Amino acid sequence: MIYESLPVTQFRSGYTLNVNNMSEPRNYKTEAIIIKKTKLGEADRILTLYTPRLGKIQAVAKSIRQPKSKMSGHLELLTFSMVSLARGKNLATVTGSQTINSFLPIKNDLKLTAYALYVIELVNQFTGEHIEDHALFKLLLDVLEKLCSEKNRDMILRYFEVKLLDNVGYRPQLRQCVSCRAQLKPTINSFCPGAGGMLCPDCKHINHFCYPISVNAVKILRLLQGCNYNTISRLKINTELDLEIERLLRIYIKFLLEKEIKSVSWLDTIKKQAEKIQ
Amino acid sequence: MEVNVSNTADSVNRLIQEFAKLPGIGPKSAQRLTYHLLRAPKEQVLALAEAMESLKNNTRLCSACFNIADADFCPICRNNLRDITSICVVEQPQDILALEHSGIYKGLYHVLHGAISPTDGIGVNDIKIDELIERLKNAKVDEVILATNPTLEGEQTAMYISKIIAPIGIKVTRLARGLPFGTELEYADDVTLSRAIEGRQEFK
Repeated sequence: MIYESLPVTQFRSGYTLNVNNMSEPRNYKTEAIIIKKTKLGEADRILTLYTPRLGKIQAVAKSIRQPKSKMSGHLELLTFSMVSLARGKNLATVTGSQTINSFLPIKNDLKLTAYALYVIELVNQFTGEHIEDHALFKLLLDVLEKLCSEKNRDMILRYFEVKLLDNVGYRPQLRQCVSCRAQLKPTINSFCPGAGGMLCPDCKHINHFCYPISVNAVKILRLLQGCNYNTISRLKINTELDLEIERLLRIYIKFLLEKEIKSVSWLDTIKKQAEKIQ
Repeated sequence: MEVNVSNTADSVNRLIQEFAKLPGIGPKSAQRLTYHLLRAPKEQVLALAEAMESLKNNTRLCSACFNIADADFCPICRNNLRDITSICVVEQPQDILALEHSGIYKGLYHVLHGAISPTDGIGVNDIKIDELIERLKNAKVDEVILATNPTLEGEQTAMYISKIIAPIGIKVTRLARGLPFGTELEYADDVTLSRAIEGRQEFK
């Protein structure tokens, strides 16, 4: 019962536990953010949970679609909950759940929901099951909390994308040319998704799939790689620059995943609609 | 689902395979159903076959509300006694059955055939939202009741629809969101409780 004996707060102090080489106990408890749900049978669901110590896991929640389910509200998408699980032959079964943070401001706002759904879809796409990544869990939790409280939402999303890429091992090289290793000069360089970073004007012919990027955009991306939330909450950039960075990151992410992120089109619909009203 | 029944007659085999495609029916249930039909009176089996055929041939979507209908308009839209100034927006045709069962609502419906679900790639154009707006522009409607499911997807859909209806200037209401009958307060979650408190009413 190793998970049970650990106090909840302990993981926040950086405690990590390698669970990959030992089997899970029969019943265990974990904090989890619900990042995906699919219907199963008459009234059940398969949930995808992102947890601090077990990484991404899937579990069956029985009868959760019935109105009298005691757990349904605690296991909705975008909820941070303490979940009790029972090990099963194939998937674990959820036996109990208690909300820690339901991110109410996100759920009450159409635009914020779209942002948050994009965030959890990215996490789901970039992670494999049962791979522990405490830093990524912390990043996910932080970004959801910040979306609730901060105003600078587009910047938070950019910050999340950059940090997520760092975490999963696709940090783009933005300081030197990935081909000739020369320090980049402050001129129009190119970003090449296939090479995983920047190409200087002399090297850009080696890969045709590269995109010119402005000096300011590179500066912001570098800043995002090295900064924390305090910095970005004070960072103000113009819409044009934000759009350029958004576009580049999307291209890079699409290249890495080899598919479209589905929630992007909804995000764009909502943004356009908001502009129309303004 | 391939079921290994190569030693049985072809017709039996075929039906087993077809049954096994249905949701919730495994190979054994498929066999049981098939052998049950084999022994059942011929009229009963033909009635089933005819019912299935007519399900596909004689149903369509109602041209007004997109409910399942057997003519141009569904029985609810054809009914002159219904209140045509109120439209209740639901996700699935099955939701109409539940609402009708309660017997409390006398207005018309609009079936969206889904809810906005960005992570599954279901957007505004995949469900019947534009059709609803067209309908609202052309008909004399006083109230739109949003009865999408109280899930994240349903809530999003409701928020989106209420936003795009706003310029038309029709009153938009949402089904009350609170505690279901027969449950205990202890197990309620934050979202439900906060809405139950917000939407509390004077006790009569």
